[in-house]
Amino acid sequence: MNIIIWIIQLIFVPVISPFCVGFIRKIKAKLQNRQGASVFQPYRDLWKLLHKDEIISKDASWIFTFAPFIIFAVTIIVGASIPLFASFLKNTLTSDLLVIVYTLAIGTFFLALAGMDTGSAFGGFGSSREMTVSALAEGGFIFSLLTVALIAGTTNLFAISHSGMFTNSKYFLSIALAFIGFLIILLAETARFPFDNPATHLELTMIHEAMILEYSGKKLALIEWAAANKLVIFVALAANLFFPFGIAETVGLGAIAIGIIILIAKILVFCFGIGVLESCIAKFRFFRLPDLLMVAFILNAIAIGLIR
Amino acid sequence: MTEIITSAISFFSLIILFAIGAIGSLLFRKSDKLANLFGSFFAIAGSLYGLIFSISAIISGSVLSFSFKLPAFPLLALSFHIDLLSEFFIFVISLIALFCSIYGIGYAKHFYQKYSLGALGFFYNFLLISLFLVVTASNGIFFLIAWEIMSLSSYFLVVYDKNDENNVKAGSLYFIMTYAGTAFIITAFLFLYKYTGSFDFAAIKANVGLIPLAIKNTIFILALIGFGTKAGIIPLHIWLPAAHPAAPSHVSALMSGVMIKAGIYMMIRIFLDILQPAPVWWGLVIVIIGAVSALLGVLYALTEQDIKKLLAYSSIENIGIILLGLGSALTFYSLNMPALALLSLMAALFHTLNHAIFKSLLFLSAGSVINEVHTRNMEEFGGVIKYMPQTALFFLIGSMAISALPPFNGFFSEWLTFQSLFMGIFQLQSFVQWIFIIAAGSLAFTGGLALACFVKAFGATFLARPRSLEVTHAKESPLSMQVGMGVMATLCLLFGVFSGYTATLLAKIGKGFTIFQNTVSPIAVASNQGINITNGFASASGPVIFILLVVVLSLVAFAIRYVVNKNQKIKIGATWDCGTDLTPRMEITATGFAQSIVTIFKRILKPSIQHEIEYHDVESRYMMKSRSVTLGVGDIYHAYLYKPLHKVINVLSTRAKNIQSGNINAYISYIFIALVVALLLVL
Amino acid sequence: MLELFLKIFKTRKNIVPINAKSYEQLEVLSIGGKIQDKVKRLFSGSLAIRQVDAGSDNACEQELVALGNSFYDVERFGIHFVASPKHADMLLITGPMTRNMAKSVKSAYESTPDPKIIVAVGDDAINGGIYKGSYAVLDGANSVVPVDYCIPGDPPSPKTILCYLLNILETLDSKQKK
Repeated sequence: MNIIIWIIQLIFVPVISPFCVGFIRKIKAKLQNRQGASVFQPYRDLWKLLHKDEIISKDASWIFTFAPFIIFAVTIIVGASIPLFASFLKNTLTSDLLVIVYTLAIGTFFLALAGMDTGSAFGGFGSSREMTVSALAEGGFIFSLLTVALIAGTTNLFAISHSGMFTNSKYFLSIALAFIGFLIILLAETARFPFDNPATHLELTMIHEAMILEYSGKKLALIEWAAANKLVIFVALAANLFFPFGIAETVGLGAIAIGIIILIAKILVFCFGIGVLESCIAKFRFFRLPDLLMVAFILNAIAIGLIR
Repeated sequence: MTEIITSAISFFSLIILFAIGAIGSLLFRKSDKLANLFGSFFAIAGSLYGLIFSISAIISGSVLSFSFKLPAFPLLALSFHIDLLSEFFIFVISLIALFCSIYGIGYAKHFYQKYSLGALGFFYNFLLISLFLVVTASNGIFFLIAWEIMSLSSYFLVVYDKNDENNVKAGSLYFIMTYAGTAFIITAFLFLYKYTGSFDFAAIKANVGLIPLAIKNTIFILALIGFGTKAGIIPLHIWLPAAHPAAPSHVSALMSGVMIKAGIYMMIRIFLDILQPAPVWWGLVIVIIGAVSALLGVLYALTEQDIKKLLAYSSIENIGIILLGLGSALTFYSLNMPALALLSLMAALFHTLNHAIFKSLLFLSAGSVINEVHTRNMEEFGGVIKYMPQTALFFLIGSMAISALPPFNGFFSEWLTFQSLFMGIFQLQSFVQWIFIIAAGSLAFTGGLALACFVKAFGATFLARPRSLEVTHAKESPLSMQVGMGVMATLCLLFGVFSGYTATLLAKIGKGFTIFQNTVSPIAVASNQGINITNGFASASGPVIFILLVVVLSLVAFAIRYVVNKNQKIKIGATWDCGTDLTPRMEITATGFAQSIVTIFKRILKPSIQHEIEYHDVESRYMMKSRSVTLGVGDIYHAYLYKPLHKVINVLSTRAKNIQSGNINAYISYIFIALVVALLLVL
Repeated sequence: MLELFLKIFKTRKNIVPINAKSYEQLEVLSIGGKIQDKVKRLFSGSLAIRQVDAGSDNACEQELVALGNSFYDVERFGIHFVASPKHADMLLITGPMTRNMAKSVKSAYESTPDPKIIVAVGDDAINGGIYKGSYAVLDGANSVVPVDYCIPGDPPSPKTILCYLLNILETLDSKQKK
């Protein structure tokens, strides 16, 4: 029974992530008064890319070739280590808050190096901007997760979602502030508005897309899939650490089924929110982004200070 | 067997091995090759023996204490006290010295016919001897003698490459700062002598109750400034970015990895061992200094184009992280939480070890590249990965370790530091809690900025196309250099994967302190090597993360390469740059990479741009002949600390000049007044 | 902000509605449905197009951009535009191939991974169009890269582009069947 639950936990994030990306695109299309591609279109895109040939630049080194695998493997490991639909699982090995943050940082590291590897101008400044945003977002990321960790008394993510701290109303303000901070970090790390436009064609406005302009074929499929995985990881963290209602707290087929359904519902609510946000505001000018990230950090610091 | 290895005679034979290396190196100075091999061989032998000595001593938990009294000098005694902390530092020193010496065999070949290899061997071995003496000395004056030998030998090594006058200037700055620091240390020891009546550390520790609190605080500040200058805390760090790049690379590795830790060692010794019990604010001051050093260190590292200066600033950042651990240890102990204090001390010691390993690895790899390309400027590197693939791999492992990426060792020591800060936030209140929150915030930002810094360093040096012709002539380094770097890279991985075992040993070392003797260990290491902080607050497992990464990576790679679309063809083409001609000038430069961060932090870093334009016709100034733009970064501590200090010293010296009026009558009256005052005092 | 949303519901009453019963939209939908089937069969449901401007007067580009608006909405058929030729399946070349752009279009062609389709859109790209014979142009994309298919028109309207795209896909389909 446990094995089955762990297998579902492992494959949940990679299987559901293209659907979430398709869902966000569909919401944006509907808000623009048009039909848009079907929600399953990203699956077809990935399938097609996996069957295409590749062209690799002659200036690239082995880092360019290995980076997509490392980035994808990292998102799989992190996806399996966060609380998704079951909070009774005991994962004391990789489920620590700092392990998650720094394991995702491995992915960022290699993506930035791959962007610089081919020596194209776009990849270089894409890496520079990505590292700037990522460096400043890390403070807010650790602190927002730290707030809920301090409230629950442990940094193990499964234990935090199991702790039932919402029944205690005195933590409400802290959790609310930390949640707002975490939302800002979510937008930053998953390259969404107002930090980055995932659908832009103008290289000068790209951050994440600029680093992958040189990839084609299977490696491009892996990187796009990894980006979708990262989106689902962050949304699942937001859903389960700050609103752990409905997560399966006891072993049982019914509880797990309800857990999965409620998780998918929560993820879709967040995706809807992201889609609406992307249709309402414009992308910020790059040098306004550090202000936003600092706001996230300060909100989280205040939230920690407010914990009694 | 262990008895023999961990005896006094064994320690002396260790010192003698290095002494033979030093003297032999000098004797054979006429033959470059022989001097190099002789000096390196004995350094390697000594380091190996030091490793055996320290490992068996730590495992058997033995404490050595012996001294030789010199009848001629009543206050000076050659006394050694080798407890678990000293053995740990001996381990660190021997480990780094071993690989730097192996690397040095190949590296020193570049100095044949240019400089005296005998002098290099002599000062290198003497530096190592003095390092061993510094971490084991137990008498104040003996310690100061060892400290002086360390400063002098490192000075001569810094100015070894005499032909470049920047190196000589760097050496002078280093000399002045070191001696300024030593002056503070001497004053601290004099205060200790006055109130406890002895220079012997054991005696001082026993009589620490005799020192009044105000004097204790003074000693704290003096020792902090003195040892902080050696460790490189901001704002006393100005010698570090000048001196470390100037020295030969294996010496830079030794200095950055080990010598600045001598300052940390003495801070631990004095604050945690000798001067306990201490007030709370000591720990808080060190935490704040650590937080500021970490953040400013990494910010200045981001602005640098000289690769060795970047690594030097990064050392300052890591010293800040070690001080965060040390400061929280002091704070927790003063607030009666010894288990947490032990945890923080373990974090500080672990980071000391890890930083020594990965910083030396980075300096050694940078040294190989600089040797081949003959410049330290990162803007002239680029594409080196194709010419020096092994060096690139080792630098990559070093960068991943220093950016605290799992499963390498840097992650686990930063994890422990974070956990000790988190526990502080969890269990402390009000004012102290806010200092810990700010410290944790600074550590979080430092981690992110260090990641950016090393993406810049690795990317600008090794990736994309070569930016200068020299790079295309580069060849991979000789075998001895590769062995030195390769084993250190493996150690980075091993200390990360086996962090549970290391943490248990560090807990044992921490318990060797008198104050922690009866403390319950704050960590429990499970069978899967997972470190668990007590009360289930946190846990992380090195081997599991490593195995997961390897397994998932291989599965994904296998599935994608062989299962999906086996018939895929991969062509080699050109980089797409919107159809323009790609020149090396189009790649991102090291300056450009960091420019966003520099602009964001411009209030702290104060970047400046200067334009110089040369016109064809000076009067009409229409057509430009050439234009040069100089980008610079201001130093805030120069503006706020050193310039005012400089001004004050200048003003005082100018006033003091008035005494020398040249008038003989004035001089005679000075002698008369001095005589009268002396008579009054005596009578 | 709220008014912006409410406009989505109010606008229907103010303008001439475009509903499925209108002749124009019906045509687009029928062509589009067939394109969608072909794309599903030939390209696994996803066709990535990169548009390369070989010195054009932007008339064709405007028509191509119109393909993405809410009337034609080519994205619902599984076709989308990408920024880099390395991500693309199909290159749409517009413009009469000026001498300055010849090298760039060639490098865009070489950067597109196989399998790829090259389509020349507009009379200019087919044989030089109104610029034919000028000293500054090379008379059509065929002089630099091997063009597979052509979409004539100066510029072709979005519906024409869709019709010709369907033709191209049907030709590909019958070629594959053989």
